[in-house]
Amino acid sequence: MIASAAFDILLCLLIVTVAVGSVAARDLFGAVALYIVYGLLLAIGWVRLGAVDVGLAEGAIGAGLTGVLLLGAAARLKAAPDPPRLRIVPLLLCLAVSLGLGAAVLSLSVPQPGLVPLVQENLAASGVGNPVTAVLLNFRGWDTLVESVVLVVALVGVWALAPDDLWDGRPGAAQRVKRDAVLNTFGRLLPPVGLMVGIYIVWIGAYAPGGAFQAGTVLAAVWLLAIMAGVAEPPPVRRPLWRALLVLGPAVFLLAGLHGTLWGAFMSFAPAKAKTMIMAIEFTLTLSIAVTLAMLVLGRPRRPA
Amino acid sequence: MIADAVTVLLIGAGLFFFVAGTVGFVRFPDVHSRLHALTKADNLGLGLVVLGAALQAPDAATVLKLVLVWLLTLAAAATVAQLLARSALEDGAP
Amino acid sequence: MTDLLYVAALVILANVAVSAWRVLHGPARADRIMGAQLIGTSGVALLVLLYLIHGSSGVLDLALLLALLAAFAAVGYVKSRSADGAGDPEVAGGEDP
Repeated sequence: MIASAAFDILLCLLIVTVAVGSVAARDLFGAVALYIVYGLLLAIGWVRLGAVDVGLAEGAIGAGLTGVLLLGAAARLKAAPDPPRLRIVPLLLCLAVSLGLGAAVLSLSVPQPGLVPLVQENLAASGVGNPVTAVLLNFRGWDTLVESVVLVVALVGVWALAPDDLWDGRPGAAQRVKRDAVLNTFGRLLPPVGLMVGIYIVWIGAYAPGGAFQAGTVLAAVWLLAIMAGVAEPPPVRRPLWRALLVLGPAVFLLAGLHGTLWGAFMSFAPAKAKTMIMAIEFTLTLSIAVTLAMLVLGRPRRPA
Repeated sequence: MIADAVTVLLIGAGLFFFVAGTVGFVRFPDVHSRLHALTKADNLGLGLVVLGAALQAPDAATVLKLVLVWLLTLAAAATVAQLLARSALEDGAP
Repeated sequence: MTDLLYVAALVILANVAVSAWRVLHGPARADRIMGAQLIGTSGVALLVLLYLIHGSSGVLDLALLLALLAAFAAVGYVKSRSADGAGDPEVAGGEDP
């Protein structure tokens, strides 16, 4: 009993200390290294709160993709001028906004007993056994559909930064890797295992923590590792097949939603068909999220196709 | 009951290696010594913790998952040790 | 049993705290990344212990995910050291062999 309380208290202290350290770090590299640690600790924190679904997402994004993205960004900012000095007025404004937000959140009345009983009551009709997946893909499918579109729009925004002559080129620089050396071998070893883990996570999402977003992030990370290890090449952004993969998930989601219009209302699934439809959406969405996230990390086209 | 006792012993032994690895990581004088401490001791520690947990596993699939967790961490540690050691040499570490 | 597991988790968390000090202070960049790597391994061990405590297989899946991505940050770091982010310490001088 005491040990479990001590564990939670130490975990909270560590999370807050590492967060403050990351924000206050003088050099950019130290801030990024601490941020990677922060993501990892946060994932453990979500587990302690019983939100393993969120822990999986935080682990994949925080300990995986963001680390590589920020390390690359920090390296590019090397030539940047001195870090900005502390400015009092913006600091006060930020504090005021934070306090205002905090007060607003704390003053919200918490409906008792919340939405949990409602979700539990309708879980049988949702087609899946994991309440988180039921909310994300069925009860609140609208939100998730729009979120999946936002990712693609963000990628189009990144691609738009390409200069004219590289408009349909290949993202990322050509990797210099020694063949059959350590990194190259590791890059060949990991993808089969990563693929298996990715498929497992989306499949198990139907009745336990997991799902398209977590699985897509894992696949994106493993693909990026294979690229960094010189095992795979990022495709030129003009390739129709890859562009089709980017929109496949949102398109299937939208079609499933329109199909619901025939049955009753937009984005409603007949209980008998719900499981099939949700799994079709989850698997195609996983592919689209994987390709989109990896392409977002790779950035704009940098060399001819 | 016996399985529980063995689990506790194995996890205890694993903790010893974790503490040893971390002490080495904080106390050793240069990058390569520190790298040595962390990529050896901690993975042995994790192996023992995984072994202890495997004794409590309800089915074979869980045991497989636990073993996979350890093998993946080992492969990652071996790769990272090579890459970081070489990159530290380039930076002029002794 | 559960209390002992919590004590074990507490010991590993203390290791994480000590390693975080190295991430904060360096001195070399490799030290900071090593610290993150060590905290990754410790995090996996913590999740294995938490799996035993909570008994939920999702926790073990998270340990599997972190183990899969354990080398990710360090590989990203050695890549980010070259000017174009595509070099490799195994290739002499960061150039083509």
